[in-house]
Amino acid sequence: MGPLVPFIISEEFSLVIALFLGIGFGFILEQAGFSSTRKLVGLFYGYDFTVLRVFFTAGITAMAGVLLLGHYGLLDLDVIYVNPTFLKSALLGGAIMGVGFIIGGFCPGTSVCALAIGKLDALAFVFGAILGVFAFTEGFPLVEGIYNSNNMGQVKISEYLGMSDILFGFLLAAMAVGAFVATWYIENKVNKRKPVISGKLRNQYAYAVLGPFVVLGIVAFLPGKYDIINKRIADQKRQQTCVFKEMPADKLAHEIVNNYYVLNVIDVRTPEEFEAYHLPTAINIPFDQMMDRQYEPIFRQKLKTNVFYADSDTLVRMACLHAKFIGKSENYIMKESSTEFREMFFELTPPGPEATKQQLSLYNYRSQTAAQMTNLMESLKNIGAPVKRQVVTVKGGC
Amino acid sequence: MQPKPYMNPYLAGFLLGLVLLATIYITGRGLGASGAFKSVVIATVEGVAPQHAANTAYYADFKATNPEGPWKNFLVFEIVGVLIGAFFSGVLAGRTGLKLEKGPAVSNTTRIIGAIIGGALFGFGSQLGRGCTSGSALSGMAVLSLGGILTMLAIFGAAYALAFFFRKLWLK
Repeated sequence: MGPLVPFIISEEFSLVIALFLGIGFGFILEQAGFSSTRKLVGLFYGYDFTVLRVFFTAGITAMAGVLLLGHYGLLDLDVIYVNPTFLKSALLGGAIMGVGFIIGGFCPGTSVCALAIGKLDALAFVFGAILGVFAFTEGFPLVEGIYNSNNMGQVKISEYLGMSDILFGFLLAAMAVGAFVATWYIENKVNKRKPVISGKLRNQYAYAVLGPFVVLGIVAFLPGKYDIINKRIADQKRQQTCVFKEMPADKLAHEIVNNYYVLNVIDVRTPEEFEAYHLPTAINIPFDQMMDRQYEPIFRQKLKTNVFYADSDTLVRMACLHAKFIGKSENYIMKESSTEFREMFFELTPPGPEATKQQLSLYNYRSQTAAQMTNLMESLKNIGAPVKRQVVTVKGGC
Repeated sequence: MQPKPYMNPYLAGFLLGLVLLATIYITGRGLGASGAFKSVVIATVEGVAPQHAANTAYYADFKATNPEGPWKNFLVFEIVGVLIGAFFSGVLAGRTGLKLEKGPAVSNTTRIIGAIIGGALFGFGSQLGRGCTSGSALSGMAVLSLGGILTMLAIFGAAYALAFFFRKLWLK
């Protein structure tokens, strides 16, 4: 599940990947003609709208792709970097960049492309840009107020407008297509060309336009990964076909004492309940957070056995069922509730004088195991509690 | 040799979108350019005037948040890639060569001065706006960032608003 950095690909190796992604970026920019300043500013005088076409198509493609990957659970949209919004500096900075664009004829990325193929004006632009950045870093105290004012956080435009991502996606794609058609007429008019287009090319463009709308339609109307999981769970429940492997508390206690290292004892109650009392060596994965990406490895691994427990029979069964659909680990549920477990082991009442031999040996077993579990917790304390893996939000930016 | 024609802009845009999507999928963030310029500036300042860099809050902050130094940065490696990729494309298409491109009505000096001033404004603006056309506008659009889209509107809005006044630079 993406993003691959930092859990699957290390930060270090991501630099190598950056180089290759940059090669792709530069190659395409140059192929599109972004290394020519006159082609770039053509956008502002109506004789060449290449920039708008490339830019919008790229934006729509990437946006539709991000939504699609997120829909099928391949990309975690909660952790990807959404550029934060600082209203004043975004608008003022953008306006200054706009002035720089019309005077200098490049933007930073395109100037690097043009420099690579030997454009001297691009060299001057890069030199100027470095001076500009230097002016900013030196004069930072003067602009710090504007730079940090109106912080709205990592807000999406769809949230701001109060619509769903997918609806905004549709609108943006429709806007882009409208802009493509309109600018085609404008460009022909400015260049005094006849607006003719061959039937074949027109059909190809029509299919191309269909592409993003189909992708957005899939995201909007077909069930996503979590819908599918929930539906399967509901189906199985309705048909009563789910089989649960149960583990009695006595057996679990024995396993904890002897094999704690091949066991994940998972408490699916709320963190407050977990704090109040939990089984020895247990980790807490609240039921409503089971789908979180940070817990996925636990349900996918095949080295340890997962044992779920809670206070309610339904909750623990639901949790086990969820786990089954997330991964292929071996999953058990504890037959007893956590309260029963505590009473059985840690709140033992010694049997009376007329107790049977069986009761006595059970008492002995349980009190011994309880002592061993307490010992185990004591010694494990120093090794460290189960590692809490925190979701890393990607830092990014230009 | 006659340079080869440019790629169809929609195809180029589609491919660029895939590169951007791959970047987001792999690293969780978009492409960028001006960040690499910032690394150049900070490395230069730290190299030339270490005393000054240590005493100025901005550089000290950068050092604190980037303990591995300005060079070990995603955007720096990416921009090196851009140089390689663009050069490769230019060679394939027969577009390389030292050349000063300008509007038909301006002198070389005017063009160079214009490029430096424009570059300086762009560099300054990109730091204030937290990203340039790639990092803020394009990548911001892909993840539907409000700030990114506002910056994009501001860039193109300002350029369109002023296009008339600078037409001598570009038109006959």
